[in-house]
Amino acid sequence: MAQMNMLQAILSAQKCMLERDDNVMIFGQDVGYFGGVFRATEGLQAEFGAQRVFDTPISENGIIATAIGMSINGMRPVAEIQFSDYIYPAFDQIASEASRIRYRSGGEYSTNITIRTPCGGGIRGGQTHSQSPEGIFTHISGIKVVMPSNPYDAKGLLISSIESNDPVLFFEPKRLYNGPFYGDPDAPSIGWDTHKKGEVPEGHYSIPLAEAEITRAGDELTIITYGTMVHVVETAVKQTGVDAEIIDLRCLSPIDYDTIINSVNKTGRCLVAHEATKIGGFGAEILSIIQENCFWKLRAPIERVTGWDIPYPHAFEWEYFPVPKRVGKAITRIMEA
Amino acid sequence: MTKHQSSRQNNLHIPEPKFRPGQTNNFAHLKIPNVDEAHKPAIDCNPHDIRDLAYGLIRVLDDDGQAGGAWNINITPDILRQGLKDMLLTRLFDDRMQLLHRTGKISFYMKCTGEEAISVAHSLALENSDMVFPSYRNQGILISRGYPLLNMMCQCLSNSKDNCKGRQLPIMYSWKAGNFFTISGNLATQFSQAVGWAMAEARKGGNRVCTTFVGDGSTAEIDFHSALTFAATYNPPVILNIINNQWAISSNQVIAGGERTTFAARGIGVGLPSLRVDGNDFLAVYAASKWAADRARAGFGATLIEHFTYRVAPHSTSDDPSAYRPADEDKNWPLGDPLERLKTHLINIGEWSETQHEQLAEQYTAEIKIDYKQAESYGTLKSGARPDVASMFEDIFEEITPNRIRQRQELGL
Repeated sequence: MAQMNMLQAILSAQKCMLERDDNVMIFGQDVGYFGGVFRATEGLQAEFGAQRVFDTPISENGIIATAIGMSINGMRPVAEIQFSDYIYPAFDQIASEASRIRYRSGGEYSTNITIRTPCGGGIRGGQTHSQSPEGIFTHISGIKVVMPSNPYDAKGLLISSIESNDPVLFFEPKRLYNGPFYGDPDAPSIGWDTHKKGEVPEGHYSIPLAEAEITRAGDELTIITYGTMVHVVETAVKQTGVDAEIIDLRCLSPIDYDTIINSVNKTGRCLVAHEATKIGGFGAEILSIIQENCFWKLRAPIERVTGWDIPYPHAFEWEYFPVPKRVGKAITRIMEA
Repeated sequence: MTKHQSSRQNNLHIPEPKFRPGQTNNFAHLKIPNVDEAHKPAIDCNPHDIRDLAYGLIRVLDDDGQAGGAWNINITPDILRQGLKDMLLTRLFDDRMQLLHRTGKISFYMKCTGEEAISVAHSLALENSDMVFPSYRNQGILISRGYPLLNMMCQCLSNSKDNCKGRQLPIMYSWKAGNFFTISGNLATQFSQAVGWAMAEARKGGNRVCTTFVGDGSTAEIDFHSALTFAATYNPPVILNIINNQWAISSNQVIAGGERTTFAARGIGVGLPSLRVDGNDFLAVYAASKWAADRARAGFGATLIEHFTYRVAPHSTSDDPSAYRPADEDKNWPLGDPLERLKTHLINIGEWSETQHEQLAEQYTAEIKIDYKQAESYGTLKSGARPDVASMFEDIFEEITPNRIRQRQELGL
């Protein structure tokens, strides 16, 4: 085992796959010689050569389209979209192409592309470097949507994503790259060496997609979340002292129905938390799953704590962000209902 | 008027085709060069030295059906005959399918009438092992590569033998064994994917070529521009074909920027060798395609080809061209009918006859009828056998997910 932050874990997963499978190719803006603006591909071009790790033109559409084409010719491409805020020029290639090639061809053709993209705020990125667009993609049939919350999961899930014969959109909460974030922007930053999931095997391992993880067992309330909010929720639980069960979804599509349903049926209370905006967000889908499956076991209304229904404002980042205090208030409301 | 004021006012320019219904278009405005006007460069030429070819028109067959000029590469009579046969079969197949639509047997169809030479000549100039990322009007490639008409019919009927399992509109074929990529239906997406396929081929050091097609209208799509940029950047073995058939549904090519320059000239800005070819001239399309394929195979990278042609057919069975273009336009098209032109040439060189042609047409018509009878026995969209309904929940992912299993059960399957 080694100590890794989330970036090192993501780099390690890619390195591992480049070593294991000659068909793996990695590319994107600034990904090659420079190693990526977040350094998630640092040193890979030097080690594996420019034929396998290279820079692309600034064209998200072109990056995903060519990735699809490469996969049809036997490759296993891993494409980086530098910020998930920039993914929209590639939307047609993801929503209408990658997601449907297997279906529309009756299973003759399929694409195995992995799209890595940093998401989320809390890094003073303003409205163009902070978005969480996962809910836009979970609505689409045919693309898997993954979002890890720690280094160990990031590596295992990224390896699974690359090995998957389906297209996978792999969101990386960039606020977590260098350490867990417990929701207080004024607290001194701490590294992943303080967290048990900062222990990461150096070799190959994988975590199955569509398996949620219960990061804290509890009996009074279920909190369903993913990404950065896993740690923020943990703070709120500590502050309120409620015996909550925290579920880190890890994979949003396909989703682990059983873990959600079993937990809420047990606790009878549920809170959903995500950083993305509320309206039409992925939380709405989770609420529906609970309503459809756990209604008669519910003892309180289900609540959502999310980003507000506005773009991520630069100057008001922490007013936008669902900080522990907001999560805590919702927990209290549910417990007192 | 102050000196800063212009003497001209701004005015939103809305391009219009020169002629509309009720008028006669004799295409007098088109400059059709002679066969000897275009030079033929070596495949290792510097693209900057052949920019004139993007503005001219490569032709081999003259108006009398004689072959000549630098692009006359003396294609063997066997290949020419094969081309004529494939074009004839494509046209007869289209006519039959159109008829089936009129009688309500299929829901939709798209003919390629007048454009057969492009798909067929291009296909014959390439190897069957070369990869195709097609547009929706490339049925000539399938036919030329020997895809059974029966399979095409079953796809159009969405019946129990449809390899797309009833999921796609008619004509959105997929034929993996024939290196023919699944047709999307979303325009131009295949164009940039083809470049990716070729990038992988280049990385592998392979010698297969990738070819892809887009219409004049969809050159406006982002994918077209990504494709050109990536092709120019990475030099992969790809042929980027634009079929300029003048019309994108009701929009004339002028509404895609065709007034200012040629579509082939789009390649000049990124430094790709760019050819503009008489798309109704089988020999010219074949020669240009072969040149591009030879370049690609030899490691010289991508070529852009504009095939200049005319969409004789409506856009699709849902379209009525009489609402937006002169009724006689196709008859006045100055580049003629590709099938007639090749037939005349083959008869001129003593390799074909009217009698042979008529006999072959009769034979094909009969074969198409037999194939259709068999296809219908496997069901139609309206009656008979269908693909397994339960299969509509499959192929989302490699393995079916719990929500889809539940939904399938909810449907009672």
